[in-house]
Amino acid sequence: MDLEELVARAEAEIAAAGDLRALDAVRVRYLGRKGELTARLKGLGGLPPEERRAMGQAVNAAKARLERAVAARRAELEREAVAARLAAERLDVTLPGRGQGQGTLHPVTRVLARIETLFHGLGFEVAEGPEIEDDFHNFEALNIPPEHPARAMHDTFYVEGGLLLRTHTSPVQIRVLRERRPPLRIVAPGRVYRRDSDLTHSPMFHQVEGLVVDERVSFAELKGTLHAFLERFFEARLAVRFRPSYFPFTEPSAEVDVACVMCGGEGCRVCGGTGWLEVLGCGMVHPRVLENAGVDPERWTGFAFGLGVERFAMLRYGVDDLRLFFDNDLRFLAQFA
Amino acid sequence: MRVSLAWLREWVEVPEGAEALAERLTMAGLEVEAIEPAAPAFSGVMVAEVLEVAPHPDADRLRVCRVAAGGEPLQVVCGAPNVRPGLRAPLATVGAVLPDGTRIRRARLRGVESHGMLCSARELGLADDAEGLWELPPEAPVGEDLRRWLELDDQVLEVALTPNRADCLSVRGIARETAALHGVPLGGPRWDPVAAAREDRLPVAVEAPEACPRYLGRVVRGVDPAARTPLWMAERLRRAGLRSLGPLVDVTNYVLLELGQPLHAFDLARLRGGITVRLAHAGERIALLDGREVALEPDTLVIADAGGPVALAGIMGGAGSAVGPGTRDVFLECAFFAPGAIAGRARRHGLHTESSHRFERGVDPAMQREALERATGLLLEIAGGEPGPVTEVVSEAHLPRRPVVAFRPQRARRLLGAELADGEMRAILERLGLACEAPGEGPWRVTPPSWRFDLAIEADLVEEVARLHGYGRLPETPLAGSPVMPPAPEGRLDEGRIRALLADRGYHEAVTYSFVPEALQRRLDPEAEPVRLQNPLSAELAVMRTTAWAGLLLALQRNLARRQERVRLFELSMKFVRQDCEIKQEKTLALLAAGPAWPEQWGLDSRRPVDFHDVKGDLEALAAATGAPGAFAFEAAAHPALHPGQSARVLRDGEPVGWIGALHPEVAGALDIGVPVVLLEVALEAVRRARVPRFEPLSPFPAVRRDLAVVVDGAVPAARIAETVRAAAGPLLRELRIFDVYTGPGVEAGRKSVSLGLIFQESSRTLTDEEINGVVARVVARLEEAVGATLRQ
Repeated sequence: MDLEELVARAEAEIAAAGDLRALDAVRVRYLGRKGELTARLKGLGGLPPEERRAMGQAVNAAKARLERAVAARRAELEREAVAARLAAERLDVTLPGRGQGQGTLHPVTRVLARIETLFHGLGFEVAEGPEIEDDFHNFEALNIPPEHPARAMHDTFYVEGGLLLRTHTSPVQIRVLRERRPPLRIVAPGRVYRRDSDLTHSPMFHQVEGLVVDERVSFAELKGTLHAFLERFFEARLAVRFRPSYFPFTEPSAEVDVACVMCGGEGCRVCGGTGWLEVLGCGMVHPRVLENAGVDPERWTGFAFGLGVERFAMLRYGVDDLRLFFDNDLRFLAQFA
Repeated sequence: MRVSLAWLREWVEVPEGAEALAERLTMAGLEVEAIEPAAPAFSGVMVAEVLEVAPHPDADRLRVCRVAAGGEPLQVVCGAPNVRPGLRAPLATVGAVLPDGTRIRRARLRGVESHGMLCSARELGLADDAEGLWELPPEAPVGEDLRRWLELDDQVLEVALTPNRADCLSVRGIARETAALHGVPLGGPRWDPVAAAREDRLPVAVEAPEACPRYLGRVVRGVDPAARTPLWMAERLRRAGLRSLGPLVDVTNYVLLELGQPLHAFDLARLRGGITVRLAHAGERIALLDGREVALEPDTLVIADAGGPVALAGIMGGAGSAVGPGTRDVFLECAFFAPGAIAGRARRHGLHTESSHRFERGVDPAMQREALERATGLLLEIAGGEPGPVTEVVSEAHLPRRPVVAFRPQRARRLLGAELADGEMRAILERLGLACEAPGEGPWRVTPPSWRFDLAIEADLVEEVARLHGYGRLPETPLAGSPVMPPAPEGRLDEGRIRALLADRGYHEAVTYSFVPEALQRRLDPEAEPVRLQNPLSAELAVMRTTAWAGLLLALQRNLARRQERVRLFELSMKFVRQDCEIKQEKTLALLAAGPAWPEQWGLDSRRPVDFHDVKGDLEALAAATGAPGAFAFEAAAHPALHPGQSARVLRDGEPVGWIGALHPEVAGALDIGVPVVLLEVALEAVRRARVPRFEPLSPFPAVRRDLAVVVDGAVPAARIAETVRAAAGPLLRELRIFDVYTGPGVEAGRKSVSLGLIFQESSRTLTDEEINGVVARVVARLEEAVGATLRQ
């Protein structure tokens, strides 16, 4: 058989090899130590010298050609093998992922965290106090003596030994003022209790109390701080108004209304058609409260504010029923991811 | 406080309408909650006079009347029993529209034509109940539109007053405030003292002058029992929300509304002897006007006659001395009772009256005489009678004195952060009736008027200045001063980190009530004596919880009822536990996992019920977050709420800090919970206390792992095995893993095979096989000795 025929046959076999093993068998058959082409190389010695050179070149060329063909076929077969494996490993990527599922934070917590973050930026620290309080911290030190008419506004739960469930977070002001020295900036979040339960009142709810005491703190700063806070909290430019009001522990006192975040001040069900929402109570700390806490009201002045967390949560997230916050219905909780 | 705009205008010029006035008052701290029309909408109603009344030919109960209402007399059919010639009554003429929307047309009633309808007060929406036609007084102008005549287009402002503004609990008070806001003078009716027409006096003794510094009384004899309250007065009372109850009561109520001074009228004939104002004696009782009888305490001020208490001073009169339809002679009382003597007494008896509301907040101690003269004048005008002289008992020493308040304009500017001129501030204070003495230098000396009980210190005056200047016109500035940089303790995890970790592990955060049903509390923690509410809202909210599991289990019940089958909740809150006679209030982390361990999904056994070790894994994640997982330990222990074989006390640094376990099947049964539940509660502080990382050099030498399978008695706790291994292996053991626990074929019954992975490493060199073999041999020997372990073949 002449060389060309041999090469043609080998090439055909290489091309026909269906897998790596078959290809290797072809390679061995022609190019292995005992392969047909190898035999031709070995046989060159028997040729006359004038033919040997030409034949040697031809056989070497054929060998190189077949080696290339084998390599090309191998690469091709390897590609096919990878492709086949990948095809076999194909997944349905649209099936859902596995895992535990994600829980959520309570909307009250979300709002508290937001408030704390915003005030933290102004150097406020978080302070906490007990929920079972005594009359002194909850009332007297806040300038609410026994029989004061303001007590009627706090429907109080009593426990024993003159103790009560705190009706507001303001007693934390007193505790902080008595424990630390000004200057002070604190926010005090927590649960408070009032003996009242209907569509718009819960016997337990959350407040945040804020307190700043420093030299030369002014009402203008109170206004500026709360206005900025409200705009940051609701992430909107908001009209805000400060209305004179009365709290025994602040003087001057104010209630703060924001333009209704639901209707933008047009008047709607949420704001009772007034266009305003009452969201905060605040004022300059009453000098007697400072005195009660052993702080000199001539040197130090301050402002304080208190807000209802559920109210902020309702306005921020559009919740329309206060009771949902305490029912712990998973369908409700799961919405606050 | 309900104020009619028309009445207010009698006292002060109001340049604007109701809406604008309401806005102005609200922005001055007198919050107007509502503006209501003085009468419902109706039209075409005239004052009419009944001229003739004839029977209806075909109906016994109807009459055919001729009625004058301006033009030609009209024929009107009427069924009211009190229709009679000469009566003046409202007539809805043809075309009139009544409050309920009825349009009056010409009609035939049983064949007789009727040109309108004579009306009752109820049909006009001006009374809740009314029998028969509304009888207008004889001076009512026939033919005049009723709305115009009675000024029914008036509006009523509902003002929500803060407790400090008792001075505004009257028309005059609100007028005074309105005048100050507008910078106009206060007007109003004037009256002169009524001269005594006879010499009758009732002796008055005040035994408690500190509680009653001023007491005025006056006898009026011979009032006409048949007198009627004039319509204008009844209308004003009605607009203020009071019912007309006859001239004697109406006059006192009218003065109360007009001036804010409560008065009381006694039936003189029913008083015995003179009046004594004193504290109640122990054991005394009084029957009150509202029909109830109350026992008095010795701190309660009473008005007494020779027979005992006849009124709760400043709160309510007694039934025994009350005026009635036959009263001819009265004793009018007009006093100043000290707020401290009245405050709280009414509430104690479940009372809250117009009078107590005012006295406990503070009535102007200077107005009793003018109020008594006003009431006498009105009474005489309406019901006649002959007044005696005014008796006044006063203790000047006990009358409230308005303090002279030092006011520093500079301090006011600083406190408000606003550049207000001295002149403006002074003008504001003077407009409010404060007397200002402003020496050239030093603080001003400012004296509040007698009616203001709420102005005692400089800050009070600053508020007045700010209020009238307008809070809205004060500047807003950023918070100045340099804040102290708040500390950031790295040795305590943020609560937020803990919440986030649990949420990320599939738990929803809950907020449950701190008070729980006592039965549930007892079931979960029978040994604790919970803190009890003295005035709970209901038995469901009766005791303070000693474990937050109560609220979570109630939430679970509700969610199961809503067909949720997998519930995972956690809560960070306070629990209330008695400890050494104190109530310890401690923040607690409670967690509940119920139903399947995993959300339903493909590719894993998502129906497997949650078990102890799932939740333990969650707690271990919290422990890991503290950086000190080794500080936590678990020991089998029994808890009344937990499955005795699946519960453990949680320890941190050897101290008990909480519990973990499966809900006791009996408790689950009692609560009707049919899904597996695992509970966890730990002191929040125990999972907040964190270790600040301390770098240890990384070993460049390889770690070597050896696995052992040991067979031990089934009751031997894994923690025991681990402890033994660690003690025996010493410092070369870097890590110990328990990677399998097996019971079944190949392992003797009652025993278990535990597979341990021991990882050894030294930081300074490579460990040799011989070394490790030696350690492992020691471990095996110690395990055999300590827990009877054999190597599994």
